[in-house]
Amino acid sequence: MTPILDLRDLTKRFGDFAAVDHLSLGVAAGEFLTLLGASGSGKTTTLRMVAGFEPPTAGQILMGGVDIAALPPFKRDINTVFQHYALFPHMSVRDNVAYGLRMRRVPAAEREERVGRALTMVKLDGLAGRSPRQLSGGQQQRVALARALVNRPRVLLLDEPLGALDLKLRKAMQLELKQLQAELGITFVYVTHDQEEALTMSDRIVLMRAGRIAQMGTPRELYDRPASRYVADFIGDTNLLAGTVVEQSGEAAALRVGDAVLRGAAGGSLAPGDQAWLTVRPEAIRLADSAGPHPGENALAGTVADAVYAGAALRVHVALADGRRVVANVPSGTTAANGRAVTLAWPVELGRVVGE
Amino acid sequence: MTAPARPADRITPALWLTGGLVFAFIYLPLAVVIVYAFHDSPIIAWPLRLGTLHWFADLARDRGMLEAALASLKLALLAVVLALILGVPGAFLLDRYQFPGKTAFRRLVLLPLILPGIITGVSLLTFFSFIGLGLSSGFPLVPGWPVVLGHAAALTSVVITQVFARLQRLDRAQEEASQDLYANEWQTFRYITFPSIRTAVLGAGLLVFTLSLDEIAVTFFLIGRQNTLPLQIWGLLRRGITPEVNAAATVIFALSVAVIVVWARLVRDER
Amino acid sequence: MSLPAAPTLLDRIRARPRIRTAVAAALPVGFVTALLFVPYVLLLVHSFWRLRGGVITHEWTLDNYRRLFGTSLYPDTILFSAGVALRVTLCSLLLAYPLAYLLAFKVRRHKQLMYMAVIIPLWVSYLVRAYAWKIILGQSGILNGLLQSAGLVDQPLTFLLYSRWAVILALTHIYTPFTLMPIYAVLEAIPPALKEASADLYASRWQTFRRIVLPLSIPGVLAGCTFAFVLSMGDFLAPQLLGGNDSALMVSNLVWSLFGVAYNWPLGAAVSVVVLLLTVFLLWLANRVETAMNYGGEVAGAPDRRAVSVGGRGV
Repeated sequence: MTPILDLRDLTKRFGDFAAVDHLSLGVAAGEFLTLLGASGSGKTTTLRMVAGFEPPTAGQILMGGVDIAALPPFKRDINTVFQHYALFPHMSVRDNVAYGLRMRRVPAAEREERVGRALTMVKLDGLAGRSPRQLSGGQQQRVALARALVNRPRVLLLDEPLGALDLKLRKAMQLELKQLQAELGITFVYVTHDQEEALTMSDRIVLMRAGRIAQMGTPRELYDRPASRYVADFIGDTNLLAGTVVEQSGEAAALRVGDAVLRGAAGGSLAPGDQAWLTVRPEAIRLADSAGPHPGENALAGTVADAVYAGAALRVHVALADGRRVVANVPSGTTAANGRAVTLAWPVELGRVVGE
Repeated sequence: MTAPARPADRITPALWLTGGLVFAFIYLPLAVVIVYAFHDSPIIAWPLRLGTLHWFADLARDRGMLEAALASLKLALLAVVLALILGVPGAFLLDRYQFPGKTAFRRLVLLPLILPGIITGVSLLTFFSFIGLGLSSGFPLVPGWPVVLGHAAALTSVVITQVFARLQRLDRAQEEASQDLYANEWQTFRYITFPSIRTAVLGAGLLVFTLSLDEIAVTFFLIGRQNTLPLQIWGLLRRGITPEVNAAATVIFALSVAVIVVWARLVRDER
Repeated sequence: MSLPAAPTLLDRIRARPRIRTAVAAALPVGFVTALLFVPYVLLLVHSFWRLRGGVITHEWTLDNYRRLFGTSLYPDTILFSAGVALRVTLCSLLLAYPLAYLLAFKVRRHKQLMYMAVIIPLWVSYLVRAYAWKIILGQSGILNGLLQSAGLVDQPLTFLLYSRWAVILALTHIYTPFTLMPIYAVLEAIPPALKEASADLYASRWQTFRRIVLPLSIPGVLAGCTFAFVLSMGDFLAPQLLGGNDSALMVSNLVWSLFGVAYNWPLGAAVSVVVLLLTVFLLWLANRVETAMNYGGEVAGAPDRRAVSVGGRGV
């Protein structure tokens, strides 16, 4: 299937520094793709290049087979929702939303109708006559959304649009955006640094680091099967145990961690002697009872250092013999008194051995 | 036990007194001129006898003054137009573009504001003299090229600095949003950027207008046959003081105040 | 209107940053070069030429500068102008600062209005303001009239007008609002929380002023003083109206006459060049001082000096 947006070897340099480094990525039609990354990872620069606000240093941006990299923004069939909304303060909500249609010389009657529908879609009917200054942050955000969507672009770019909203509103908007996208079927390219947001909303996530792709895949893939320590650490909470590779055969690998040898799934090609990490999520670990670890499980001995109540679960911080800490998420009812000796156990296949 | 009394605040009243005196100092001479415009005697002396509009009537009949005022007006209008045409792009250039020599350009632009007007005046004089552009060359009924260009040279900086200050406060994302919504550069400027800088541009225009009307140093060296208002008054002054000058000064003061009040309104609306 | 699919030639040209810059720069840079840069350079060139028999010949010579530095008139006048400027600056500062402080901190209602009231005189005709002092200080002027009718003096005081004091007085009057503007701007920008914190930490009002407000206001003071100095040094109107024939000749009057009655353009150009260099040097100096005292403007939010002094004018 041909991607609706195809980035090929896209590069952006500022002097010696490569903000985006030979990025190649295909966005499928109708998908919700998220560019995830820390600040400086190149995700926003990539978005801006696709929108047309930043000329690429090298590479191509193909849409429908045509390289649009040389096209100015106003000639691209792409619209953007800006981080701080960028609403035009001297125009009403209605005029803001109608702006793009006006520039494309859509006749007045059709404009009226489409603007009305767009405002209904973002649940802002009745506010058409207001000025942006009179609106709350959440409302302004919806206006920005309506203003972009009313033009039915082929691709919608969203630059951390929920960053300025408070937590509850943000979570509500995440759901709404996802639903909207599913209904409209428009391709969304979403930029955020919030991994939880990315996991919730995306069909596919592109995790970026230093201008390159660290890993690309569905949320589940990135969460369950991280390809590197960086990805494992970035997405969700995890335990990272550093060690040396003992062996790797096929899908399994063994890692010497301190005195113990821990087994896990092999994430990447590793040779014996390499530095690597075992990553295992806190919710996969249990406190083994007197029966001890089951076969097919790794085991680590330690003492309870802290047990933090977090409503749905108990986060138990266990100190290993060499001082390292491992966190296990256990049901809240579990007793885990400080100082108690425990054995941590988890199924081998739920841990992965990864390189950097 | 009662709380200790606060030490008597002697500073604040002293401050008010000082401030008031300074304020009076700033206004007193102007007040004097205006008051004496209504003084019923050709000698400007004490005691004061108010109540005549004689000097204003004289002023209205003084052809030299009226022609000079007209010339000043024409010059000021031309100066404003030129200064805006040159200054607004100049402000954009400084705000948005990098190029070799930008620092030199910026400093050069600020020079006429800081240098004594005479120096700008004589350098322009040597320039026009060197290229052979006569001081009266230009179109009839309109001040000559040298003086118009001279005012533009001296006053464009005002436009650049004012508009630049406003541009710095603009949200660039709005212009990107406009282009994102299919408006090309010109449409973006027309619908989005200009409305945001309009009052700064108008304000700068008003400022240039006022400054041009009052300009003496550059004008003196570049003017052709026709006098401007300040030069005309200057001439009168050199021959001695006539109360008519007071009347003229009063009129000028009233006009300047009106212009500045309008300008302040414009600039304030943008906060 | 449907969107074109492929980039056109115009798009490709438009996308190149160098071309965009060139187009944007053409008019402003062209104008600045033709009407500012070239004339100033031409002035410099003229200062190295010779006046022979009433005609400016294009022979290169250092004579003008020799004469400038050799004859005592010129350095003396420059020094005198600097002296006048210094006095004017100091007086303006002493007058402007308290009023600025008052406006910034003590005026509650109608602050904007009051500020505008202080600033308005700046834009009222400069000629009018200088001339006003002529009326006030003259032999048959207001001040004398008042003094006489109050019985304080028998004869009109003659030293008031046509003296350097009249010039200094008038220039102080003209430039006080000018000095006030940047000081007010800087004082206004000091967050009230800073003064409150100082009081919270046991400082008296004087100490708060000395240790918090005053240092933070220095950039504004510097800006105001620099421009007041430079502009009053280069002033020619006040000396000519109020200075009398010789007693208050300032450097701009020299240039005026050399380009006018005394007709010696090359010499006048030389004097102008010296003034220009002096001005530029003073600005550079002020800039260096400000950088050296930089507190990282973010704290007080002290506005950019140029933006602050923009409202001021050149004569």
